[in-house]
Amino acid sequence: MATAVVETGERETYLNREYGIKSWLLTVDHKRIALLYLASITLFFFIGGFFALLIRLELLTPAGDLVQADTYNKLFTMHGQVMVFFFLIPAVPAVLGNFLIPLMIGAKDLAFPRINLLSWYLYIIGGILMLYTILAGGVDTGWTFYTPLSTEFLNSHVITAGLAVFVAGFSSILTGLNFVVTTHRMRAPGMTWSRLPLFVWAHYATSIIQLLGTPVLAITLVLVVCERLFHLGIFNPSLGGDPLLFQHLFWFYSHPAVYIMILPGMGIISEIVCCFSRKRIFGYQAMAMALLGIAVVGFLVWAHHMFVAGISVYAAIIFSLLSYFVAVPSAIKVFNWTATMYKGSITYQTPMLYAFGFVGLFTIGGLTGLFLASLGVDIHVTDTYFVVAHFHYIMVGGMVMAYLAGMHFWWPKISGRMYPEGWGRLAALIVFLGFNLTFFPQFILGYMGMPRRYWDYSRAPEFQILNVLSTAGATILAVGYLLPMVYFLWSMRYGKPAPDNPWNAAGLEWTAPSPPTTFNFDQQPVVSWEAYNYDEIKQEVPVAQ
Amino acid sequence: MHSSPLATANQPAHENPALLHHFATEEQQKNAASLGMWVFLATEIMFFGGMFCAYLIYRYWYFGDFGAGSQSLSVPLGGTNTAVLICSSLTVALAVRAAQLGKPTTIVVCLILTMLLGLVFLGIKGIEYHDKFVEHHVPGASFNFPGHIPGHPDVPINQQHAQIFFSLYFIMTGLHALHMIVGVGLFAVITYYAMRKRYGPHYYTPVEMAGLYWHFVDIIWIYLFPLLYLIDRHK
Repeated sequence: MATAVVETGERETYLNREYGIKSWLLTVDHKRIALLYLASITLFFFIGGFFALLIRLELLTPAGDLVQADTYNKLFTMHGQVMVFFFLIPAVPAVLGNFLIPLMIGAKDLAFPRINLLSWYLYIIGGILMLYTILAGGVDTGWTFYTPLSTEFLNSHVITAGLAVFVAGFSSILTGLNFVVTTHRMRAPGMTWSRLPLFVWAHYATSIIQLLGTPVLAITLVLVVCERLFHLGIFNPSLGGDPLLFQHLFWFYSHPAVYIMILPGMGIISEIVCCFSRKRIFGYQAMAMALLGIAVVGFLVWAHHMFVAGISVYAAIIFSLLSYFVAVPSAIKVFNWTATMYKGSITYQTPMLYAFGFVGLFTIGGLTGLFLASLGVDIHVTDTYFVVAHFHYIMVGGMVMAYLAGMHFWWPKISGRMYPEGWGRLAALIVFLGFNLTFFPQFILGYMGMPRRYWDYSRAPEFQILNVLSTAGATILAVGYLLPMVYFLWSMRYGKPAPDNPWNAAGLEWTAPSPPTTFNFDQQPVVSWEAYNYDEIKQEVPVAQ
Repeated sequence: MHSSPLATANQPAHENPALLHHFATEEQQKNAASLGMWVFLATEIMFFGGMFCAYLIYRYWYFGDFGAGSQSLSVPLGGTNTAVLICSSLTVALAVRAAQLGKPTTIVVCLILTMLLGLVFLGIKGIEYHDKFVEHHVPGASFNFPGHIPGHPDVPINQQHAQIFFSLYFIMTGLHALHMIVGVGLFAVITYYAMRKRYGPHYYTPVEMAGLYWHFVDIIWIYLFPLLYLIDRHK
């Protein structure tokens, strides 16, 4: 270590090795690129959240009084597109995956550091196109770009929005490519596949979906943009095209994309549940195979988004059955997390609180998914708030919870500082309460028949009380999301310096210094232990201050 | 820049300037590049796959109109282009071989030949596009494709369905041509480095990877040619 100490007496890290804007914008260090992503996805998260709050405010009263119908259409479209393509899909892989995968497998960097930087620039180009779209007046197609609505009937900025998603898609593909090659080729000696942390397995499974799904969305958007620009009839029924073909191609990506969002979260939760239960994960192999199983089966269920779109009844029956199959690996994961906690030495630090939230809310989101997979119930609740509540339980209750869990768990490694534990727990509680207050009433609203995407429900004023609860919950949730941003920023300057392994956790990333040096490890690590060897780690999780 | 202890820790005695800092060995670096290229080609298959899927469905629905559209394309020009591309795949394979054998001049010659063949392909493609434009076969306001379905003199061509054929023709061959242009650009850069004798038996990964890409683009055309040009030709 002696050679790494700089003149000031401060240890050299990836953060203080070089200074200046150029050292960040031209970096090829996976940790710095992760921080670039962190800043950019946080920006988009709050833009998307702002649209969500406007939606909730409009629905506070039955009359359409805050915004016009057109504006409302744009609000939910922009909310969806920003959140899905510019937050949920890149968030965990591009920030935590980018930062941690090389550290977890004992590598100096990802296999292609310059491609990693390129993928951030592609994300930024896509992001600028999306910001331009928002400022120029937005899109009102719904986030799904359904044709011929998007190609013939609407006059909003479909082309720039389509290009924005197209470019961001290539960012996602390149991240996935980097992770697959890194996992195959960059593992440290002794780091066999069966010793990989489940976090890495989760990103491997995610990458496969990114690689095989995203190009199909890309070509679909090319066809939509061509159709709109040159008045072709590829998806337009009045010109001989087939709008169902668009939906097939779109959902072929966009259903697996749900698993792009949730699988990395599952990886995070596996790490955290083990650490704060002081136990090896229950059923390691089943957990790893379940991740791959979800990725594979996830490619075979897309048409369950089209049960009322006019697909053949036989296709619907098969897709319904296949959709049920997704429940099997998902259930394996929930049972095994629970079994890991059983008789564990559990402590209740912030990451673990979020992990509890994840397991519970993911279960609710998953079980209501079975309602939607069954043909009869789906027809009743299609395009109601039941669907909205269901996927927000997966996306927000699952993925965002996992993202926050991971950010708290690895923040000491990323920043070299501890976040304030008391504030962390308070924020976790606020997020949990705010989330449930926002979205649980929407299950009831949907079951009662309130359709989604309506800005005015003055003909059914009895829906108001549940909508008021939901809007109140959204306000609480907003506070819960702002808090971590404030205290993370605060801790960068005032937080207690973090030890290398603040949780006494297993895993190679905790053997690197906090924050790590540019090349992660001083010597090439050699792995001789199994993942999650908590039976060999005698210490408990240190008590918070 | 401070030197990290790692900078000296893992490097072999005969340092290859092409060996990047985060790889332990040249073999590891080459394997990573190779796997990365194959994975990238898998994404390309899915990219073109979406269009092939659309093509299959509409060809099944509007077979007669697709046949008529197909027969308006020039088999001599398309066939020549197929031969040109296959030759360019040979020259690129020879370039890789020359690199393995350490013949820098041969690398450069083979790469220049490859680029020339690629440009010939693009030129012929341009002639075909021009012909379609003159004949009003480009989808849009002035689209006009009179005639009847091959083998059915009493059935006129459905203009909308024929437009879908030509839409797919232009988008599929257009994206293929875009990939060709990218490939020629890649070879231009690699030729520049080959002239500076950067590649030899110890390091020729870029030549090999660009070659893989070129073979892939070639194979896409091998599928496009019969699917677009040879529908129902026997009638």
